[in-house]
Amino acid sequence: MADLLNYFSYPFVKYAFITGILIALCASLLGVTLVLKRFSFIGDGLSHVAFGAMAVAAVLKVSNFTYLVLPITMLCAVLLLRAGQNTKIKGDAAVAMISVGALAFGYLLLNIFAKSSNLSGDVCSTLFGSPSILTLKENEVWFCAGLSVFVVVFFLFFYHKIFDVTFDENFARSCGIKVDAYNLLIAVITAIIIVVAMNLVGSLLISALIIFPALSAMRLFKSFKAVTICSVVISVICAAAGMLISIGCSTPVGATIVATDVVVFAMCVLIGKLCGRS
Amino acid sequence: MAYITANELVLGYDGKEILEGLSFEVNPGDYLCIVGENGSGKSTLMKTLLGLNNPMGGKFEWGDGLKKTQIGYLPQQTIVQRDFPASVGEIVLSGCQGRMGLRPFYSKSDRALADKNMELMEIKEFEKNCYRELSGGQQQRVLLARALCATEKVLLLDEPVSGLDPKVTAGMYDLIEKLNKSGITIIMISHDIIAAVKYATHILHLGGEIYFGTKEEYIASSVGKRFLSLEGGM
Ligand SMILES: Nc1ncnc2c1ncn2[C@@H]1O[C@H](COP(=O)(O)OP(=O)(O)O)[C@@H](O)[C@H]1O
Ligand SMILES: [Mg+2]
Repeated sequence: MADLLNYFSYPFVKYAFITGILIALCASLLGVTLVLKRFSFIGDGLSHVAFGAMAVAAVLKVSNFTYLVLPITMLCAVLLLRAGQNTKIKGDAAVAMISVGALAFGYLLLNIFAKSSNLSGDVCSTLFGSPSILTLKENEVWFCAGLSVFVVVFFLFFYHKIFDVTFDENFARSCGIKVDAYNLLIAVITAIIIVVAMNLVGSLLISALIIFPALSAMRLFKSFKAVTICSVVISVICAAAGMLISIGCSTPVGATIVATDVVVFAMCVLIGKLCGRS
Repeated sequence: MAYITANELVLGYDGKEILEGLSFEVNPGDYLCIVGENGSGKSTLMKTLLGLNNPMGGKFEWGDGLKKTQIGYLPQQTIVQRDFPASVGEIVLSGCQGRMGLRPFYSKSDRALADKNMELMEIKEFEKNCYRELSGGQQQRVLLARALCATEKVLLLDEPVSGLDPKVTAGMYDLIEKLNKSGITIIMISHDIIAAVKYATHILHLGGEIYFGTKEEYIASSVGKRFLSLEGGM
């Protein structure tokens, strides 16, 4: 305990902690929409793309990886959305192709070109996140914080439109809502969230950060607003708890947060079952 | 002036024709029923009228200063809607989205309109309830209230009574008739030819032979006679 308090006396630890919470917050915001729109596959595909892009950035020695990874991931978000809207089967296959392809090429590139002595360590941290939140670099922290705030503002501003487009596309279209534009926007924002969250939990675990809080909240609440609020609360609590545990027990931060999310999900399923029966 | 004028309309998807030579007219106050077998293109016609689908040929016009976005639409139910966590209030209010433009939040008058329509559809008491836990008939009334928030003039209803039991169906027909009497133009797709000839003022028959006319003309026509004896056992 004293150790923990000691940690927080460093201002940088505080920033990292706040960033982690902001990331968890915005990752959970779009989770409900992604799950309900059956878009979760895009999130999964994109995280692999982000890994591939990260490898390219490493090989090209780009100073801040995000500057390269973000545009590539956004572009792929648009492509995946297009592919997914075509006939169902082709869309799924396209996602699988792009995501597995990106993984393979990313690893290949790193293996061939990277001069790092600790290759498997590097790969591991891109896939599963930094071993500790404290290894985040300061400019990454500010970048994440900025993007998170952008995502939250976007979500608040378009909350009702997101509801309309998620609940009933055809009705929204008949009211003159530009459904395709909003779908595109949702995909692009998902890409941003993935790139931001990659620093915290790594590319393989991002989908969990996006989807688990939403699934947990859907077990407990029945209106869109309540589900959204609840999933944000769950996500933030899990992230905070996960980070504290990871600092205290020196476990890898991403995996700890996701493990917390899974435990909470199991609890929500149980509570949902109990309340549903009584 | 007519609300809708369709002239030699050709409908289809991705270059494949489903229907051609479709001409009809809908005037203010009409109650038009669109009948025909499954897959004859009824939903497609409705989507085309709403601009969700492009016609492949011919043309149609919305007249009388009516905009495409001022139409209330009740879609055929989709699977996604059924497990969606949304309260009745949230769904009805979303009918006001057409008049919101880029405004991010609903106004007082939007909320008042939603309240009024929930009362009209007798679902005000379920406002906080979860949509997916309502009965089929209640769900349809929620969607009808939402459609009413989007329009004061025209309602397009795609099989509003499918899957409902006879008693609830009769209640739904009464509600729709009441709306029509209050001046709202109704365009409804229906499987139920008996109800169609009972309530509608005009009939549009799709599939095989296309027929458009008043209810009386339809009953007397050869298409109408055949379809009525086939489907309605009359
Ligand atoms: N999105 C679509 N893309 C391609 N074909 C479609 C699509 N929706 C419907 N169809 C086809 O168009 C025809 C008419 O469908 P629909 O308008 O739904 O019929 P109805 O509502 O009269 O039962 C059917 O043969 C159907 O297979
Ligand atoms: Mg249909």
